[in-house]
Amino acid sequence: MTETIDEGVTSGEEPQATDTPPAAIGQEQLVVLAPDVLAESLGDYLRAWWQRMRGGESGALPIIVGLIVICIFFEVQSSAFLTATNIVNLFVQATFIVLLGMAELYALILSEIDLSVGFVGAVGASIAMALIGSPQNWVWWAGIIVGMAACFVIGAFQGTIITRLKIPSFVVTLAGLLGWQGVLIYIFDVDKGAVGGVITVSNYVIDDLVSGSMTPLAGWIALAVGVGLYALFTIASTSRRRSQGLSAPPLSITLMTVAAVALAGVVLVWICNLNRGVVTPVRGVPWVIPFVLVVLLAETFFLGRTRLGRYMYAIGASPEAARRAGIKVARVRTVAFALCSFTAGLAAVVYASRLGSISVGFDGGTYVLYAVAAAVIGGASLFGGHGKPIHPLLGGLVIATLTYGLALLNISTAGTDIATALVLLVAVAVDSTLRRRGRAGAA
Amino acid sequence: MTEDTPLLELRGVTKSFGAVRALDGVDLTVPAGKVTALAGDNGAGKSVTIKTIAGLWEPNEGEILWEGTLVHIHTPKDAEARGITTIYQDLALCDNLDIVQNMFLGHESVRRRLLDESTMELAARKTLADLHVTTVRSIRQPVASLSGGQRQSVAVAKAVMQAARLVIMDEPTAALGVAQTQMVLDLIRRLSAQGTAVILISHNLNDVFEVADFISILYLGRTVAAGPAAGFDRQVVVDYMTTGQTARTVGVGASSVSGTEGP
Repeated sequence: MTETIDEGVTSGEEPQATDTPPAAIGQEQLVVLAPDVLAESLGDYLRAWWQRMRGGESGALPIIVGLIVICIFFEVQSSAFLTATNIVNLFVQATFIVLLGMAELYALILSEIDLSVGFVGAVGASIAMALIGSPQNWVWWAGIIVGMAACFVIGAFQGTIITRLKIPSFVVTLAGLLGWQGVLIYIFDVDKGAVGGVITVSNYVIDDLVSGSMTPLAGWIALAVGVGLYALFTIASTSRRRSQGLSAPPLSITLMTVAAVALAGVVLVWICNLNRGVVTPVRGVPWVIPFVLVVLLAETFFLGRTRLGRYMYAIGASPEAARRAGIKVARVRTVAFALCSFTAGLAAVVYASRLGSISVGFDGGTYVLYAVAAAVIGGASLFGGHGKPIHPLLGGLVIATLTYGLALLNISTAGTDIATALVLLVAVAVDSTLRRRGRAGAA
Repeated sequence: MTEDTPLLELRGVTKSFGAVRALDGVDLTVPAGKVTALAGDNGAGKSVTIKTIAGLWEPNEGEILWEGTLVHIHTPKDAEARGITTIYQDLALCDNLDIVQNMFLGHESVRRRLLDESTMELAARKTLADLHVTTVRSIRQPVASLSGGQRQSVAVAKAVMQAARLVIMDEPTAALGVAQTQMVLDLIRRLSAQGTAVILISHNLNDVFEVADFISILYLGRTVAAGPAAGFDRQVVVDYMTTGQTARTVGVGASSVSGTEGP
């Protein structure tokens, strides 16, 4: 180190002797490196969590609080709001925008935008429905596979244009917004099963996705299995981390999280299992709810636990850093656009299932804006690098709750649009204020 | 590698951009495990020199020797393969990712095709502890929440993580305050103590004299002086940087590079 400057120092400069302690990793040092290693108690952990909140890493809490406030407001205004029928309808209505938001999330993480998700999804769903319907009469799953594959290819195609020709995604997907609408109309022209620009969902499996429900017992069993697996997975992973000396939340926190998830699940299944039929009894969890949860889990897993997902966040924050780290930026971005379109296809299948048909009147231009709004209200960033699949889920629920609640209060579409706009602005303002405070606190 | 063979040696390297001759005979010797400061005024060719070593540009003439053997560094990948890591002023960190994620970016450990967070976190923690980087609150905090010196530390740790044998640091202290500068200088010393060679580019002569074992001075694209830091003093370095020559002599060891006469 400094021993090289020991002779012939004739300059006026005194080399500063710095005594570095021997490189031993003491326990104190570990604490400094990772304080939550030893945060074994609940209090310690909550304090660390509060610090993170104050640091701008607010997570999903503000939006959940906001959602509860909105629900209370509507319940006070119209006592008929929190009924089983309304709540289940609201969830079911939200699913389309939630899924479309989860699609858009891939683009948002990259700091890009995909304006074509609505129509690309509709093209895929229409292909699927046309193949399943007469006169083709394909098996339902074959039709779905072809339709979703078409979406994936379309996304990869747009992604290739964006990355290889270096054209902004806004422009390419704006062209997509127009072009795929044209293709959609063309599909309805050539499909012999389409009547008056409408392809009817003729398959009971697809139909049941939204209009069918699990039996009440099946709902409980699915919940028990789901929560059991979740508990097993979290407890196993935290105890493994702790055994390796890594920071992990204390067991009490893990158990509380599992309990909270279980409680939320129980409430959800209980509400869904209440009779919401008018003439004949209707009970059970609509199939679309577990469907959305599976997509949520898959996307969360992909973004959080795989290299490709990690690279998407890296590119969203700094493409240059990613490039220098040896990441094939263009390829990762192309895959993201392909996954975006693929997920949009799933969303459009849910849309078709809910309405029992899909038509040329599909308003893909408006839906894509709701999808972006859902993601942003939920906490994803338009500036890239931030956002989890849970965000469009929460944001989509907020939008659906507003739409549904205001409709119950007999407020016009105009009023609903204005209210949604205000919520969007408030959500983004709250988020950016928290984040800014976090930055300032750290600097 | 014998005691005398330097880790990296540049001999008579030239580089032209059209009519502009950016490098006009750069000689640079970088011994293993030592800190070599590359000094020079703006436009002297420091950046072009390190970009040549990093594989961003190929020299027009001259030789690059790695451990005594002639090598050609065509691309950044070539440089990386030999263990040359360059830390540019912008650090190339992703603000949204945490310290561990940044240190492993592009080199993640994977188990059964999934990210192996535990292995990465343990390795990152050990590297940081070895470098005595102890001021960060948690290695799972996003890089956005770190100070300038801490960010610099993460960039250095990332280089160490990837088994760098030569770390080139471009103005690492330019944007830092006094305490943070000290932290980075300590880090540079520790890096060389671990056996990693460092090329330090700095305008700040305090920093240069505090950590450098050897000093090389560029003037108008040429090496005008090189030798052990003990052979220089501040005035001599300033003379070389501004005029390419000096009338003063300090101690022993420092010498004008042979074959280079003043302008």
